[in-house]
Amino acid sequence: MSSVAVIQFPGTNCDLDTKYAFEKLGCDTTVVWHKETKLPENTNLVVIAGGFSYGDYLRSGAIAQFSPIMKAIVAYAKDGGKVLGICNGFQILTEVGLLPGALKRNIGLHFISKYQTLKVVNNSNEFLQKCDKDEILNIPIAHADGNYYIDEEGYKKLEENSQILVRYCNERGERAVVNGSVTSIAGICNIEKNVFGLMPHPERAIEDILGSIDGVKMLEGLVA
Amino acid sequence: MKAIVNIFLKEGVLDPQGKAIHHALDAMNFEGVEDVRMGKQIVLKLTSTSRDDALQEVEKMAEDILANTVIEDYTIELI
Repeated sequence: MSSVAVIQFPGTNCDLDTKYAFEKLGCDTTVVWHKETKLPENTNLVVIAGGFSYGDYLRSGAIAQFSPIMKAIVAYAKDGGKVLGICNGFQILTEVGLLPGALKRNIGLHFISKYQTLKVVNNSNEFLQKCDKDEILNIPIAHADGNYYIDEEGYKKLEENSQILVRYCNERGERAVVNGSVTSIAGICNIEKNVFGLMPHPERAIEDILGSIDGVKMLEGLVA
Repeated sequence: MKAIVNIFLKEGVLDPQGKAIHHALDAMNFEGVEDVRMGKQIVLKLTSTSRDDALQEVEKMAEDILANTVIEDYTIELI
């Protein structure tokens, strides 16, 4: 059984949904408060859940990167441990430097909350191993700062190393402009493919009653 | 001594908020605005009496947390 550590900062609000999702997948899941300096022993996966850590003050994720638990998470990731950042978790992972680029205010300035189709760009990683390449997934998004930015040189590296995980698309799989992200990027991973970040919320698409179960095959890949 | 840190999105990085303000100014018939950039200002009250030390310290703060240098530039003014 996989042991999952879900990180909770002041202002995190997807911790219990995320815990519920991984428990449904049969994982032993612990919510870890950001003041902790160590991850639980035998942690197989760290998930930085979504929300508004520190009220998004200064910049989304900017303050959270200096919480005590982050040192343990950076060390864990550098040691090859798997880390997933969802929404605010993605923002925190870019701020702390575990993932390249940054997330800016949405191009239309609105907070966007809706189901969104995503296209799987690369599945040569643990996270999306259960998804097909070019598969279209239906996953909710809910963010104001999801406009992914990376400079040209950085973008080339993402392409070359198959680090782009998913892009926003329409029902036909064509790229869709949702929040202004560079080439409609919705999620990426690091070169080593053990740190993953995405703006959409797979933990909110795990039961038919929620409108989609596509989140299951995303999360499953990390705890298989 | 006070340090004023101004933070703006880098030139070349699209500023959606600046664009929206520009659009509103146009709609209000304010003419002659070529471009609008929106940033933030952080004012720090410092105990240091040495300008050099203060500048060095505030630069480190800006690099480490106040600005995200992937997308933002900053200026520091000491008064």
